[in-house]
Amino acid sequence: MITATATSNRSVARIGLYVGLLGWLTTILAPYLIMVITSLTPQSELDTAGASLWPAHVTLDAYRELLTGTPFLTFLRNSFLVALIAVPLTLVVATGAAIALSRLEFSGKRFVMTGLLLAQLFPAVLLVISLQGQLQTFDLLDSKVGLALVHAAFATPFATWLLKGFLDSIPREMEEAGRIDGASTFQVIQRLILPLLTPGLVAAGTYIFILSWNEFLYALTFTASDSTRTLPIGLHLFIGEFQIRWDLLTAGGVLSVVPVIIGFFLVQNRLVEGLAAGAVKG
Amino acid sequence: MSTTDAGVVAPAGSPRVDDARPHTARRRRRIKDFEAYLLLGPALVLVGIFAGYPLLRSVWYAFNEANLFEGIVKFVGFDNFGSVVTDRDFGTFAGNTAVWTFGAVAIQLVCGLGAALLMNQRFVLRGVFRGLAMIPWATPSVLVALMWLWILDPNHGILNKVLLGLNLIDQPLELLSSPGTALPTLIMIDVWQGVPLFAVMILAALQGVPPDLREAAAVDGCGRFATFRSVVLPVILPTIMITTLLRLIWTANYVDLVLIMTQGGPGTSSTTWALESYITAYKSADLGKGAAYAVLQAVILCIFVAMYLRMTRRSEKS
Repeated sequence: MITATATSNRSVARIGLYVGLLGWLTTILAPYLIMVITSLTPQSELDTAGASLWPAHVTLDAYRELLTGTPFLTFLRNSFLVALIAVPLTLVVATGAAIALSRLEFSGKRFVMTGLLLAQLFPAVLLVISLQGQLQTFDLLDSKVGLALVHAAFATPFATWLLKGFLDSIPREMEEAGRIDGASTFQVIQRLILPLLTPGLVAAGTYIFILSWNEFLYALTFTASDSTRTLPIGLHLFIGEFQIRWDLLTAGGVLSVVPVIIGFFLVQNRLVEGLAAGAVKG
Repeated sequence: MSTTDAGVVAPAGSPRVDDARPHTARRRRRIKDFEAYLLLGPALVLVGIFAGYPLLRSVWYAFNEANLFEGIVKFVGFDNFGSVVTDRDFGTFAGNTAVWTFGAVAIQLVCGLGAALLMNQRFVLRGVFRGLAMIPWATPSVLVALMWLWILDPNHGILNKVLLGLNLIDQPLELLSSPGTALPTLIMIDVWQGVPLFAVMILAALQGVPPDLREAAAVDGCGRFATFRSVVLPVILPTIMITTLLRLIWTANYVDLVLIMTQGGPGTSSTTWALESYITAYKSADLGKGAAYAVLQAVILCIFVAMYLRMTRRSEKS
């Protein structure tokens, strides 16, 4: 009787678990599903019937029009270029900082640590107000390089924090052995630390890419022409410009989110570990 | 003789070692500092130029009359702050910011904890599930806005179609166009996007709870809830606290969603301090007052950080 009751309780709990998981997964993915379905529905059907989970017809017309009749591809390329500049720059800068903070004792260390946390504290709005004049002075306004530099500066504090978390979880014994053998600090870094840090670099790189790819406010303020606008700004313009063209908007949305999802899944385990490690040790 | 020799050698050795140690230590420390700042230099320069200096300059703007076209016109002391505090809508902006920030984060924390406990059970394809769960967090805010604008559209949106179809309502809801529902709707969208981060962070912390601790509690006859409260919660609390703090800061400063979906409207019903700062600086071209809003918010956020640091320091001592 006890056994039967226990088994029954366990089965009920199991069912409850899966219902909860499915419910949450549905909540998460439903908007994306609706977006994909809408992007494949003919505009004429959307005009008359509105959103539907089962379109009467399926078409790729929205994608064709998006790619050939709008500056979407230009925005896409701009976003890639900005991210391609921001990611390696941030990784180099943040790696150096993370190694210093994790492995070296030095004057002012606590001050720098606090500064990194505080750097995430201030509203982007506060920086935007002054940055505009500054970029203008450097001739970096309405410039992909200018935007990439801002993204890199914006991403560096958290990337440093993430990489420091990874480093803190790597045992020091190998480095100490290297030092006893007479290796200099930079030899230890090059031969021992960097290879071990590779998974962390991949995770941080993905994080920086997502941050740059998704960034909206700096791009909104610092770009003014199609030749520099990034994808989020382009989509924002489309929302205003194609107010009733939901097929076109959702097609743009699908193409915008695919690179992020692909990139994210490639490294999600490491990224999650890094986030958690950074949080606990930070 | 041998004893005498040893005695003679020892005093001679000690002074030399004592003399050498401080000097070597100081030299080694200078080398360490040099190496550290060589590694830190690029980060300090990059963040300093594009974040640190503009931060200081913007704070300075808050004490000056300044606009987009002429830059700084003249020093005005605390006039900008006075203008902010005496603004007719100051209370509305403060209330909106508090509701937006604490409402969104509180709900994300509760839902995130629930989701983490769910994911902490063993089930097939858990890794895939976790990856899928994180997608909203990785999605551009403009895209989140786009998806939800379409879902909530009063004319063609799926939400209204379903509710009308089930006869739960007799005319379409205009959630984003009603002063009373615009901000709550934005909060629920932010929750949808932010729960995954909480869930994954807390899950990682849960998986760090030593199994023997849990087993010991079970042997002592603790029920599930008691085990959670006395064993699990203390272990995951640091993660919850740091995630909550960072999310509070991030949410308070987050303007993308509000800017895109409601532009702070209807009226000022969904305008936060961060958004008003941006609007004042760029639509009214008043950089000084815009900066004052942002500085005011930053100061308040600093208070929360100080509280957090004090709490963690206290818990470290005990």
